[in-house]
Amino acid sequence: MKIHPRKNVRSDLNPSRLLTFRIDERVVSAHEDESILSVARQNGISIPTLCHLDGLSERGACRLCIVEVKGVARLLPSCVTFPRQDMEIITASERVVSYRKKILELLFTERNHVCAVCVSNGHCELQNLAVELGISHVRYPYLYPRLAVDASHSRFSVDHNRCVLCLRCVRVCDEIEGAHTWDIMGRGITSRVITDLNQPWGSSETCTGCGKCVQVCPTGALSEKGKSVAEMIKRRQFLPYLQMMRGRQDESWPK
Amino acid sequence: MNIEDLHQIARIEKSKQEGFQHQIHVCVAAGCLSCGSGQLKEALEKEIARRGLDTWCRVKGVGCLGLCTAGPLLSLETAGIFYQGVKVSDVSDILEALGGAPVERLICPVNSAFFRRQVRIVLENCGRIDPERIEEYMAESGYGGLALAVSQMSPTEVIEEVSRSGLRGRGGAGFPTGLKWTSVAKASGLTKFVICNADEGDPGAFMDRSVLESDPHRVIEGMAIAGYATGASQGYIYVRAEYPLAVKRVRLALFQAERMGVLGNNIFNTSFSFNIKVRLGAGAFVCGEETALIASIEGRMGRPRPRPPFPAEFGLWEHPTLINNVETFANVPPLIRKGGRWFAGLGTEKSKGTKVFALAGKIMNTGLIEVPMGTSLRDIVFDIGGGIPRGKEFKAVQTGGPSGGCIPGQFLDMPVDYDSLAKVGSIMGSGGMIVMDESSCMVDVARFFMEFCMSESCGKCAPCRVGTRQIYDILCRITGNLSGPDDLAMLEDLCDLMKSTSLCGLGQSAPNPVLTTLRYFRDDYLSHIHDKRCLAGACKAAREVA
Repeated sequence: MKIHPRKNVRSDLNPSRLLTFRIDERVVSAHEDESILSVARQNGISIPTLCHLDGLSERGACRLCIVEVKGVARLLPSCVTFPRQDMEIITASERVVSYRKKILELLFTERNHVCAVCVSNGHCELQNLAVELGISHVRYPYLYPRLAVDASHSRFSVDHNRCVLCLRCVRVCDEIEGAHTWDIMGRGITSRVITDLNQPWGSSETCTGCGKCVQVCPTGALSEKGKSVAEMIKRRQFLPYLQMMRGRQDESWPK
Repeated sequence: MNIEDLHQIARIEKSKQEGFQHQIHVCVAAGCLSCGSGQLKEALEKEIARRGLDTWCRVKGVGCLGLCTAGPLLSLETAGIFYQGVKVSDVSDILEALGGAPVERLICPVNSAFFRRQVRIVLENCGRIDPERIEEYMAESGYGGLALAVSQMSPTEVIEEVSRSGLRGRGGAGFPTGLKWTSVAKASGLTKFVICNADEGDPGAFMDRSVLESDPHRVIEGMAIAGYATGASQGYIYVRAEYPLAVKRVRLALFQAERMGVLGNNIFNTSFSFNIKVRLGAGAFVCGEETALIASIEGRMGRPRPRPPFPAEFGLWEHPTLINNVETFANVPPLIRKGGRWFAGLGTEKSKGTKVFALAGKIMNTGLIEVPMGTSLRDIVFDIGGGIPRGKEFKAVQTGGPSGGCIPGQFLDMPVDYDSLAKVGSIMGSGGMIVMDESSCMVDVARFFMEFCMSESCGKCAPCRVGTRQIYDILCRITGNLSGPDDLAMLEDLCDLMKSTSLCGLGQSAPNPVLTTLRYFRDDYLSHIHDKRCLAGACKAAREVA
């Protein structure tokens, strides 16, 4: 789904506007349809994210990219918030950073994230975020759910113990590959990503075996078979490439 | 259908009704039906036919009469007599007493505060008309507001009237209705939608169900007026499937309205066209959140999305969409008929009109009431509600369901309106009021609501998905007397996190029951934590299990 409707046709009557505003005391300039997150990253200001991935639709769900906006009481997710002229944004206030840490800690308690035995150890976005935010321990009790591993696919496996429900796999499968093999079932704390109608991945008739889901997964939840601890390195080069090529196609396509 | 036809139908219906000397109203809303009013109505009809009284006496099934605790209820409107707890065996006594002295043992005092202190706008027809006949609604000037709006007012004038009334959304947050309508009217696009949110899911709340069961045409008329004002020609009623009777009556009402021509094309011979479809919810509380509701109507998973863009700009199938609650729409027809000024004359400065409440819990008069905004909690609980049964002490009243809070006795004299409730940490909500007495442990109450939020959280955003579970675990530990010294601090910490960072209203307001009980009933928590004892004596079972 499109997150924000924007007119593609530009004319004198509805010109796309350029705005200037402040991020962390720095004056920056942006198109009105660029998210705060993307403007910040263009300017070398880092905002932690988990569910966001360039090339996929935004979801606004992990809540790690929240920022403070002067004059707005609520914290706003920067991936789905658009700048306004003269807006003042603070990306790393004490309040925001402490919330980010807590959210990350909650994610660690939710499933069984044991780095020492994980294929993605050292290449894991969740781990990197924890290091970046300086998390040394988790103050909330672990929930230790008993979750299954599905290794029925010939080349890949899914370990629900390491899933953070970012739904990148669901989005890449639907939006880029067009197969929509992945989806989510259940609600709340019992949510799980599933293949087809909760059938073993190996028996899926829709899965094309492209492996895009594996490459976009931020943790070791989706991995290639035959990789041992710390050997699973994700390759995402295809995403910006596909995005660029498809973007070109859209532009040249007569409407 | 034109306005003359409407008046004609109303006249014929009225004279028909006046032909009967006695009309026996039997409540056939879900509450009374569940204690046997269906059989009672049948028995009355049979007995009347057997005695040959059917020329001057008629039995009529009506909507909610209000005092659900004393059902099945029966009213003789012309005589002003109310019978409660009527059984099939009482039928012959009631018929014999017609026109004479009423049956003493069944009488329900109509001059009690429960009836006397109510001001009925939304519920004006509840218990008076047969919800399954459109003619009866028309006889009570039904569809007159729609006729007036489409034939004599411009859409802007309709919105101005709504704005002038000061009506605020009755779904909980209290957003000004006029402002919402203006936004949708101003949104660009030729296709627009009107949605009625009837996905009432708060535990202990049954206002919307009663309105839909008792007076469905009022909601339909309100939606049509909203459609005219905002430029929409298609409406949806999103009602939960757990309300089969409401669904049946709404569907029947829609069929009748279409047949009569008050819905469909060229309503009242104008260029305005409006249709309504019913969509059933599949049992998710979060689908009461507007963006999740829209996703559900579209056939997607009922999960909220970040706002902005708001539905007024980008709603159902990406078109501008107006979403209001059942009660909000039900307020619109009388408001248009009698004018915004009349409506603004009721209630308090910032909260206009009346509010329907569903009284439940430890209270004498369980049922449905409508009072002007600003009525004090004490009046609602002790006067109208009749107080606490078995001489127990009042402890708290919970308003606003899982998003609201528990209000202690010290605020009993507070006027009930949007702002006062927000000030003490609760919300108006859709209007559920659960009264608790001294035997309720507030930690246990908070645990109940958190369990509800945990199982109803959609799981999209991390703070709500994991936060509700963690808070629930802590509350279980406290009620089970297994808590550690850090649990209270962690509880407050998690509540603050969820409030500030959750994606939608469910997660942001889920900590409210915990926060208000922590604020006003901290002793309940401390006693559990330090003395390993439940102050109210309610959590014994929990300890045994633990």
